[in-house]
Amino acid sequence: MTATDQLLFEGADWDFRTLQRICDACEQVARDELGLDVYPNQIEVITAEQMLDAYSSVGMPLFYKHWSFGKHFAFQEASYRKGLMGLAYEIVINSSPCISYLMEENTATMQTLVIAHAAFGHNHFFKNNYLFKQWTDADGILDYLEFAKRYVAHCEERHGRLAVEHTLDAAHALMSHGIDRYPGKKSLDLRAEEKRAGRRRAHEEAAFNDLWRTVPTGPAKTSAILDVEHRRQMLGLPQENLLYFLEKTAPRLRPWQRELLRIVRHIAQYFYPQSQTKVMNEGTATYVHYRIMSRLHQQGRLTDGNFLEFLQSHTNVVFQPEFDDPRYSGFNPYALGFAMMQDIERIVTNPEAEDREWFPDIAGTGDAMGVLRDIWANYRDESFISQFMSPRLMRHFRLFHLHDDPEERAGILVDAIHNERGYRRLRRELARQYDVGFIDANIEVVDVDLAGDRRLMLRHTVVKGAQLTEADTKRVLQHLADLWSYDVSLVEVDTSNKVLKEYIANPRNIAAAA
Amino acid sequence: MAIHIVDRRLNPGSKSLENRQRFLRRAKALVQGAVKRSSQDRDIKDVLEGGVVSVPIDGMEEPRFRREGGTRDMVLPGNKKFIEGDMLPRPNQSGGKGRGAGEGDSEDAFRFVLSRDEFVDLFLDDLELPDLAKRKLANVESEGIRRAGYTTSGSPANISVSRTVSRALARRVALRRPRPEVLEALEAELADCSDEARRTELMAEIEALKAKIRRIPFIDPIDIRYRRFETVPKPVAQAVMFCLMDVSGSMTEHMKDLAKRFYMLLYVFLKRRYRHVEIVFIRHTDRAEEVDEQTFFHGPASGGTLVSSALQAMHDIVRSRFKPADWNIYAAQASDGDNSYADGEVAGRLLTDKILPVSQFFAYLEVGQENGLSYEMPNSSLWTLYEGLRASGAPLSMRKVNERSEIFPVFHDLFQRRSQQERTGS
Repeated sequence: MTATDQLLFEGADWDFRTLQRICDACEQVARDELGLDVYPNQIEVITAEQMLDAYSSVGMPLFYKHWSFGKHFAFQEASYRKGLMGLAYEIVINSSPCISYLMEENTATMQTLVIAHAAFGHNHFFKNNYLFKQWTDADGILDYLEFAKRYVAHCEERHGRLAVEHTLDAAHALMSHGIDRYPGKKSLDLRAEEKRAGRRRAHEEAAFNDLWRTVPTGPAKTSAILDVEHRRQMLGLPQENLLYFLEKTAPRLRPWQRELLRIVRHIAQYFYPQSQTKVMNEGTATYVHYRIMSRLHQQGRLTDGNFLEFLQSHTNVVFQPEFDDPRYSGFNPYALGFAMMQDIERIVTNPEAEDREWFPDIAGTGDAMGVLRDIWANYRDESFISQFMSPRLMRHFRLFHLHDDPEERAGILVDAIHNERGYRRLRRELARQYDVGFIDANIEVVDVDLAGDRRLMLRHTVVKGAQLTEADTKRVLQHLADLWSYDVSLVEVDTSNKVLKEYIANPRNIAAAA
Repeated sequence: MAIHIVDRRLNPGSKSLENRQRFLRRAKALVQGAVKRSSQDRDIKDVLEGGVVSVPIDGMEEPRFRREGGTRDMVLPGNKKFIEGDMLPRPNQSGGKGRGAGEGDSEDAFRFVLSRDEFVDLFLDDLELPDLAKRKLANVESEGIRRAGYTTSGSPANISVSRTVSRALARRVALRRPRPEVLEALEAELADCSDEARRTELMAEIEALKAKIRRIPFIDPIDIRYRRFETVPKPVAQAVMFCLMDVSGSMTEHMKDLAKRFYMLLYVFLKRRYRHVEIVFIRHTDRAEEVDEQTFFHGPASGGTLVSSALQAMHDIVRSRFKPADWNIYAAQASDGDNSYADGEVAGRLLTDKILPVSQFFAYLEVGQENGLSYEMPNSSLWTLYEGLRASGAPLSMRKVNERSEIFPVFHDLFQRRSQQERTGS
């Protein structure tokens, strides 16, 4: 390892030896001073075009083919060429080894920033946060994606591109409702998943006997035997994972269609933790890169000029416009996350009386990194904000809470502001904005009319009066009906079980033909 | 812990190409509509440019369950003057609505860039060209061969004797192969010599030289050089395309659009075959004038109809500017078929005597009303005239066209002619 007082680089140019030096230097700080625990790193240098490629397939290095990715690519390419959109400096993938993509255009300072941010910040978070541990399988994901890609291609060969496309369209429409929100019996093991699919296919092929199709089936069991409770139990109802339900029970799906649903469901599940930890994940990475860069500068391994360049980018990243600023578009997760991490560091090392009152457990304990590492491992955005947002930070952001009730003629109520009376309410409301329970509509399968026309019955429990948009809902239900291959109904009920609206969709013929 | 750094920049790019093609395939109807609209607005020469088309997002949507309305709670940063319990007036309703729509169902149409090939493909698709014709259109210009230096391998017919011999000579000199004169001189000396010791010496020397001559061949396989040829795009001549159109009042917009389509197709075809293509627009009523494209398609004009005026104008232009020896001349005439009866004979003579002999191809396109059936059109005066000429052996392609999709058959003639020529040519 190079001496610690030597400059890593000068100016903006870099080569692969420079990257290696940067990585080593970052790793030293990350491991020895911040105590981070990361997956092995793999750093890949890519061009702008490759970055655009990666964008359109949800950031993954390999993905199955689907027209919607082409659409996103065309859209992004157009806005990139027009200069409406800058590209990210990096993309990082939750896998082991943890892959970070760096753009070749970045200056040496930016590469250092990006390596510190992605290869150590995000990487540590992926490896240690409980949600990622519970829901994702970093070792298996790349192999699984490879399998998914092959499997989809294989299906297209055997069953036709159109049929596969219909199934995937439908699955994508239901993707946000293809997630298990509560931990089940076992965590995901994608390698075993891939093997299982292969074995099942092989078994089906080996055991295929055309005679079975011609064996007459006996008279159907009288459905009266199945009382409602028993039936619901058999079907595992109510079920909020629509894709899972279809995969297991849709009567007329082919085996390969079920497998496709399963693939889409697994991928949705893989991204589920990311959507719940946006603030924490970016906050962690930003905090880590800030610490590493400052330390490197202190050690004399970054010139003042390069450090200023870093500060400028850093300031842009953590910029939070105020609500009346034309640039405002919600909270910037980098800004909020970074501010909270720094605030926690302050509370731990240099608390005020107020902090001791609000955070008796951590205030003044002195070990900032220990506290932060514990938080990074055990919280998600909602619980993180609801427990660690300090009054001082709320004052700093000058937060206020608006309550907009359409019934209220007089206007929008300012319900709480950053004062003694408002802190707790503000914090609760802000945390709720990051609660997955509120982000996605609460839609579940409640019953199947087995005695009658096999209609699948869904229910949307309306929270705070937010109903589904009609046009989109009809299209999604159409897809759902195509997969189910019988009628599908959806009722929207409010919390007092009053029906607000009802939708019915009939399957189209293509699904039956497919 | 070792950090692994990989340079992916050289990996094949455009991994998204496949996805993009799928997207285009799916959006085909939409994109085609957009291409159609965009090719109507374009000049003929721009048809090959590719370019931006904007596609409505309808039918390409990816629906999701979304919610809107209801009671909303927001926590915002940047409070300046609000205190708890304040009532803020709502922003005006229209503003709120607009934003709701943006978040909700419909995304705006988005524009994206088609490459030249994608554009031409879609453009041709719309004309319902058979695949064979499309391949012909897509073919680049024919190839010729050209001398390009020498090579060490090749067919015996291509041996370059002079190059081979000069290389052999150089090799013989370099390896000091004894020259015949030296040997002769020694042999002469041997014949004259009587000194025994000298004789054996000379004989040994002669033997050695002979052995050396045998070892170093006069021509060695490594000396052999073949003439090398390489294929190059054949230098193609230039072509001029005459667009003749009747612009009297009876020509509707639809007819002009059909004509424009045909001209575009001809242009695409010529552009693929010839490096340089000029277009001359001649419009006529009862007198003809050369105009620019804008005037040609959109300029107002009125008057009677004399086809011979246009043919005469074309003939004059050919004589003054496009020598048939240097230019391939293509002409396409579009008309609704009206012509004054007295003009028939003049026009016929001009065509058979002056124009057809110098033209590669002369197409006559009789355009009809939209939704009319071409078979039901009574034969117009011009049609009757040309029909007569064709019956007497004049190389004319002629069609009646009501719909865009009927434009192609005229082309069919052209391609047939061309493939026959190729067959006799090769």
